[in-house]
Amino acid sequence: MMALFDDPEIWLPVAFAALMGLSILIYVVLDGYDLGVGILTPLADEAEKDRMVASIGPFWDANETWLVMAVGLLLVAFPAAHGAILTALYLPVAIMLIGLILRGTAFEFRAKVALPKKKAWNIAFFTGSLMTSMAQGYMLGFYVMGLVHSPAAHGFAILSAIFLTVGYSFIGACWLILKTEGALQRKAVGWAKGGIWGVVLGVGAISLATPLVSPRIWERWFSIPEFFLLAPLPLMSAALIIGLWVVLRRLPTDQDSFAWLPFAGASVLFVLAFTGLAYSFYPYVVPEQLTIYDAASAPESLMIILIGALVVIPIIVGYSALAYYVFRGKARDLRYD
Amino acid sequence: MEFMDTLMLSRIQFAANISFHILFPTITIALGWVLVFFKWRYVRTSDTVWMDAYFFWVKIFALSFAMGVVSGITMSFQFGTNWPGFMESVGNIAGPLLAYEILTAFFMEAAFLGIMLFGFSRLPGWAHTGATILVAVGTTLSTFWILVLNSWMHTPQGFEMRDGVAYATDWFAIIFNPSMPYRLVHVLLASGLTVAFLIAGLSALRWLLGERSAEVRKTLRLGVIMGATIIPLQIYAGDMHGLNTLEYQPAKVAAMEGNWDTQGNVPLLLFALPDEGARENRFEVGIPSGASLILTHRPDGVVPGLNDFVAEDGTPLHPPVTAVFWSFRVMVGTGMAMLLMSWTALFLMRRGRGVEGLPRPVVWAFVPMAFSGWLATLAGWYTTEIGRQPWLVTGVLSTDAAVGDVAPALVATTLVAYLAIYAVLLLAYISVLVYLAARKAKGGLKTAVAGRPASGAVQSMPAE
Repeated sequence: MMALFDDPEIWLPVAFAALMGLSILIYVVLDGYDLGVGILTPLADEAEKDRMVASIGPFWDANETWLVMAVGLLLVAFPAAHGAILTALYLPVAIMLIGLILRGTAFEFRAKVALPKKKAWNIAFFTGSLMTSMAQGYMLGFYVMGLVHSPAAHGFAILSAIFLTVGYSFIGACWLILKTEGALQRKAVGWAKGGIWGVVLGVGAISLATPLVSPRIWERWFSIPEFFLLAPLPLMSAALIIGLWVVLRRLPTDQDSFAWLPFAGASVLFVLAFTGLAYSFYPYVVPEQLTIYDAASAPESLMIILIGALVVIPIIVGYSALAYYVFRGKARDLRYD
Repeated sequence: MEFMDTLMLSRIQFAANISFHILFPTITIALGWVLVFFKWRYVRTSDTVWMDAYFFWVKIFALSFAMGVVSGITMSFQFGTNWPGFMESVGNIAGPLLAYEILTAFFMEAAFLGIMLFGFSRLPGWAHTGATILVAVGTTLSTFWILVLNSWMHTPQGFEMRDGVAYATDWFAIIFNPSMPYRLVHVLLASGLTVAFLIAGLSALRWLLGERSAEVRKTLRLGVIMGATIIPLQIYAGDMHGLNTLEYQPAKVAAMEGNWDTQGNVPLLLFALPDEGARENRFEVGIPSGASLILTHRPDGVVPGLNDFVAEDGTPLHPPVTAVFWSFRVMVGTGMAMLLMSWTALFLMRRGRGVEGLPRPVVWAFVPMAFSGWLATLAGWYTTEIGRQPWLVTGVLSTDAAVGDVAPALVATTLVAYLAIYAVLLLAYISVLVYLAARKAKGGLKTAVAGRPASGAVQSMPAE
């Protein structure tokens, strides 16, 4: 293990792959819930929409910063892969960006315009959230299929787009269970119960597809002893899903106890699914084409960033925690004054 | 030829995105500090008028911030989708600078923005003031890092090239590259001017709609004083920046002056139609020896000419002349209008009875000036960025070498989509600003009629 740290050309790319993976994971959980809340807005009435938006209002901007961080790390640490991945994903990236623009601005506009126009911005908020999550799901599916254009790849990508959207709605509903009360909370429990089936299908489909696409990944999962060492991953996921289902059937409770459980469970589920994917693709950053070692920047430049990152990330975690602490408890109407 | 199309389309697309993006940071950078000022005045005087001003302008800050964030995310992706050659060639330098912007600025602004916007009633006053200050610090830090990178692209140093890839050798030299201090100051002052005229313009609109609250008096006055103070500083900083450009990017200055031959006694052209085919100007109107005087402080001073920057086969190695020449004139002309407006208003206010002393036509004239900062900022960016062509990184990487291999149709399609959404958003943004000002003016009128001071107490209204 010590020998690993002798050569910065070996361990720096691994460190950056880990940082990037962590950023993507944090992004998917955090922006996942606020995109999910956006996707669920058409199911709510006007007053509930305001409350749903209020539940994510103080957080969405910081959540999206993790996306900038993830693509920034891809850009700075793996420049060769950055170009290859983003040019291959040109159209879905553009759709995602337009979705993000729509929803980020609708968020502000809907609260500042006269009532008739607010309806239009509510539609823009939903559409933007939907475009973003569909595009991200498409990119995930297309990436899993190796970034190669084929009817099967695009078909799977579309399937993945739908599953990720359902997955985001699920974690969004879990967030609402935590942050709201009364009728809206009961509705959210219902949405979560529906969404969990999408999660089962989505995680299942991607888990099945990944080893089938690549013999290398098949080897990594289905040889002995890896198969047994990795068995906890799918087993834990299955147990978690069953647990979530049991909890959701009993929510909301009279004292509002355990309202945090679905969101915590959903987050862990996202972590497990992500761990499985990361294990499958390591050490490739462009599937089956480019490893993190081939694509990495110069060690001197990576070192400069790593030092900064190690100093600053604890601080970022600190003030993110502060923001969540300040806006703890059930969401109230957002007011500037 | 098809590749050329991708290049041109990608350039237009990036120009469209960055032009749209810059409109909003140029507001939030200085407005963040103006909000700190309002909060500070409130803490010092306990006069709730300052909080009225804070709550009105924080809405515009929040909206502008969101516009800036989403268009900024777009740009971070476009480096990869449209310009993969940029990071492949100079990623070792651009990467850490961008990373430091994200790490030190983006997260801080984003986390404290929520607290600043919605935390007033949940936190003690000092904590809310602290969040307001940290957001302002964050936007300024972000400006610093992105301008370090942009300046390095204009005047690169502190690196060595190995196999077509730049490797950093001296980070101090990279960060404090020759044009960075001038560009940073110029951009920060530009943000100050943009906000000064935005505040003056929207306050003037409220004034014309009949609002006579203590708040609108204070902000109109603030806008005028801010503009009048910053504009001479900006003219001086711009002049220094020009001299720096003359030293490091003479071809850009030659294009700005529309000067073809290296010579002395170069006139300051007020009007001309540069003709790159004939390599001469048509319809020249100029002040004799003016450009020589400004650039060298001597009437017979030698100013570089565009003809010095032509390859042996006749390919121009200088930027496109007409675009740079005219962008520069629009920027300077707007600056002159700002000088005239703010100093006239200041003079009238000092002579008369403050804001009441401003004649109606002068107040009227401030309304279209609300967005004069945008015009000057865009014109200034076009001058410097088009002025860097044909290079993406001066002397290191040409723009055509960095473009990605994407089908032109794909770039064209997304370009149209971006343009459409930007047009809608820009229209919505401006109309919301006008709507907020009009509603505030009417609200102020109503309470005044009801016999209560319009700014008597911190008005409570839901988040908007």
